[in-house]
Parts: sequence; C-alpha cells; structure tokens
Amino acid sequence: MSIDFSPLIISIKTSLVAVFFTFILGIVAARTLMNVNSKVQWILDVIFTFPLVLPPTVVGFILLVIFGKNSAIGSFLSKIGMSIIFTWQATVLAAIIVSFPLMYRAAKGAFEQIDTNLIWAARTLGLSEFKIFIKIMIPLALPGIISGAILAFARALGEFGATLMIAGNIPKVTQTIPLAIYFANAAGKTKEAGFWTLIIIVISLIVLGIMNYWSVKDKKIMRGGDAK
Amino acid sequence: MSIYIDITKKLGSFYLESQLEVGKEKLGILGGSGCGKSMTLKCIAGIITPDKGEIILNDKILFSSKKNINLIPQKRNTGLMFQNYALFPNMTVSQNISLGITNKTSIEKKNIVKSYLDLFKLQDLENRYPSQLSGGQQQRVALARIMAKSPDILMLDEPFSALDAHLRFSIENEFSEALNKYNGTVIYVSHSIDEVYKFCDSTAIMHNGRIFEKNTTKHIFKGPTTLEGAKLTGCKNISPIKKMNQNSILALDWGITFNIDNTVHDDIKYISFRETDISISNLCKNKNSFELSILRIKQSPFNTILELLPANATNVDSNKIICKYSKDEANNIINMQNPGKLYGSVKKDNILLLK
Repeated sequence: MSIDFSPLIISIKTSLVAVFFTFILGIVAARTLMNVNSKVQWILDVIFTFPLVLPPTVVGFILLVIFGKNSAIGSFLSKIGMSIIFTWQATVLAAIIVSFPLMYRAAKGAFEQIDTNLIWAARTLGLSEFKIFIKIMIPLALPGIISGAILAFARALGEFGATLMIAGNIPKVTQTIPLAIYFANAAGKTKEAGFWTLIIIVISLIVLGIMNYWSVKDKKIMRGGDAK
Repeated sequence: MSIYIDITKKLGSFYLESQLEVGKEKLGILGGSGCGKSMTLKCIAGIITPDKGEIILNDKILFSSKKNINLIPQKRNTGLMFQNYALFPNMTVSQNISLGITNKTSIEKKNIVKSYLDLFKLQDLENRYPSQLSGGQQQRVALARIMAKSPDILMLDEPFSALDAHLRFSIENEFSEALNKYNGTVIYVSHSIDEVYKFCDSTAIMHNGRIFEKNTTKHIFKGPTTLEGAKLTGCKNISPIKKMNQNSILALDWGITFNIDNTVHDDIKYISFRETDISISNLCKNKNSFELSILRIKQSPFNTILELLPANATNVDSNKIICKYSKDEANNIINMQNPGKLYGSVKKDNILLLK
C-alpha cells in the first residue's frame, strides 16, 4: 500500500491557517461584544454561535450561495480573477467558519470570568482601553483562550461536510484527511481509510494532551491569581 | 484641595441623593450596607454615571448633567481603593504599583515605585505576586498603587472588610501611617464605627441614599443630631418624644419626662442616650431620675449588658433601655435591686435630642 501523504499536509496546513484567523476573529468578536448594548449583544451572540449548531452541510450550502458565481461577492471575485469555490482557500474558509464559534465562546467565557473590579481599577488608574485589553484582559483570559484555540484546531481538523460542499474532493488540493477517509472507504480501500483514521486518533490524543496540560496551568494561574 | 458633590441617581427602587463638600480632610462616610456610600465613590470615580447633578474636584468638572460633561475614569485622576483591593493577579507588586504612573520616563517610574515600596514597607516583596501576599500586605500594595499616581482625591471603600478581625487590629497602625502620607482629600467609606472614629477627621452619616449630617468626627460621636446619626454611631436607646413645654419632653417609649436646660426646638422628634451614660442607684436623686427594674442580664466577655424596664413602660420588648457596665458595676446594681427600688438618671450633657 503506497500512501500519498498530501491529505495530512493539507489538513494540518488548513487547520493551522484557519485557527490563526479564528483566534484573532474570535477574540475580537468576544471583546467587541462586551462594548455593545445587551440587545445587540444577544443578536450578535446568536449569529456568532450559529455555525456551531447548524449542520456542516447547511453551512457549506450557505457559503456556496454567498461565494458562488451567481452571487454578488462571487461575481465580484471572479471579475478580479479570484475564485474561492473548489480551491484550497475554500477548505480554509470552511474550517474558519465552523471553528469560529468555539474560539469565540471560549474567549467570551474567559473575558466574562475576569473580576470587573480589575477592569474598573485599571480605568481609574488611567490605563487606556487598549492597554487594559493587552496587559490585563488577555493575560488573565489566556488559559481559556488557548484551550479555545486548541478546540478550534481540533474542530477545523475534523471538518468534513462544509468542506466537501464548497471545496470538493480534489486530491492534493482540497482533499483533507476526513475527506480521504470517506472516499477511501467508499472506494473499498479499507486499509487506507483505517490508516487515516489512526492518524486522526493520534493527532486528537495529542490535542487532548495539550488541552489537559493547559487546564492544569489554568488552575495554577487562577489559584495564583486570586486577589481576594 | 476639595471636592463638591451634588448628584442623584435612581437604580431600581433605590434613590441616591448625595450632597457633600469635602475639603483637605479625611472624611468618613458611615452607613449600613446598601446605603449608597460605595455608589457615591463609584460616581466620583466615573464607574457609575449619575442621572443628574455635578461633581467638581479641585475646580475640575468631572460630571455635570447641565453642561453635559462626563469625563471617563481615565481622565478624572481619582484614586479608588476597591473593597477586594483589585490587584492585578498577573503582575508583581512593582508592576502593580508602576502601572498607574503616567507621563514619566522609565527611570523616573522606577524611582517612584522604589520610594513607595520603601514608604509602605514592601521592599522585600517587590517581585511577589498578589496571591503570595498576606491580606495586610495586599492592602498596602493597593494603597501604594493608588498613591503612586498622585491622585487628586483618595477614596477607600471598606478597606478592612477583606481582613480577619485579629489581623485588622495589628495592621491598623501601619495603615494609618501610610494613609497619613497622603496630603489631600480622603473619603473613607465604612460601616464600622471604630474605623471611622480612628481614621477620619470628619464624619458624614449616610442612610438610604441620603446624607443626614456631617460634622467633625468628635462632634458626630459626642452629639449626633439626627435619628440616623444616633443609630449609626451606635446609640441603642432611642425613643420618640412629645414636647410638654419649652424645657421638658416626654419620652413616649419609656414614659419618662426629661427636663432640658435649653429650649427644645420644634423639629426635635427623638431623645437618645448611650448605653454607657446611664447611672443607677437606689436613691431618687433629682427630678430627672426615673424608676426602673432589671428585665434581663446578658453577659459578654468583658462587660455586662443590663436590659432595664422603666416603671411607666407599657411594652416589655420595645420599651427597654439597654445599659453597658463593667462586671463589678453590674454586680453592684444587681445587688442594690434586692433591698429596694432602682432609679436611673442621665446627665443633661449626655441627653441627645434628635431630628
């Protein structure tokens, strides 16, 4: 059995790039939400969490409608010579959308746990909102943010439905491990499917290991951080 | 160095109506929990926005509903010490202290931090994190952090409430010394009579969102003029009155008539005296003496509390008078009761007439 390792590379590359964007977007979204009034907050929270509860195929379909040739965005992109659908970028886009809610919710939870007195104390001490964000909120929320990022990575790695819908199964371009497993199995290549399954299990174990390491660290920081 | 506050704020069913003018002094705001004293501090710091009114700190308008001014907390230069100290857990003692110092070079900053570490006896702790400090040390770091940025006003919100009672006593002196290093307006909010009496030059009485009276601490404790003032400074014996004539009043709860030297004003509604200000004998000394009997004897570790019932009282529970004596004094009184009647009297100086 000769194995083509491109799904592994595509999967890792896709997940890493997706998590890079998700990380920033999730934190910014969580922080922005704290600044708006409660009604807007509620609406945005629903929108930001939606990809988590929607079936991935539905997400994929919506993305197809948004970025397809017939849509405004799609036709604009094709005019400037760009295309998203059925490219590697599409796998990244799908991974960002499905992993974003996990990152966003983790960051939101971590920010909400910060004692508001700390934020007000910082304000009365004269620190700008940006400085407060960088020097106080991010460090205190870091354990939660990191575990959110790891979860988001795991989710991006496992993405199948939306990826298949908007990126298709193009070997060496958009074929990630989950797609490779599905199509290997469908073609009767049980051994190949088994091999990729094993790879996914190993990666997942590593991810869980890192998560647990962080949650221990999280507790340490919380214990060390109890100012009361 | 002064602050002028005249604000209102409605929050649910609570209505804050704070009016204060504080000079270069240490003012204690004494009040029960939920009376609006912390809220007043938060309004000054810019954490809570009042509905209406003005806050002016050293000629700088922090808030004015008329002129539509509402400075953000960062621009107010106030120093507010939170009840839980709010030290940043991810920063060392030095980092916590230096954070509020602005417009200084890093060398100047270092020097300021060093001087405050010395001043507050924190030299050996500069690289520790807040969680590695005792409660008293945390309190000093919190105070140093605020004072290092030279605020125009210092506000302390229940600075001792996060500490154990035995610890409080031992660090009070250090805290008081540290506090005296600040040369400006200080507002000290507390529900503790002891703390306000020890730390503050003047005292304001706050109840249910309103300030009832403000005077020097000595005056407030010696002779509060309002019902709230008497209650909050610890008066246990308070009775509504009926004015009999210019110089005499009837305490309705106790059925006792008191003769007063000065003219009794019409706005006087209550009479009060402290639990330590009543003397008891078996002689009817003068016309301000009144007959009473002992209702209950309560032992506390170092004192004895006597609950007395005036002879003319009608309701046993609401009409009692509470007195505090040393164990010996109390025993004398209890022994006196057996052969004969007991008479109580209160010196005219110790009678408080309340609005």
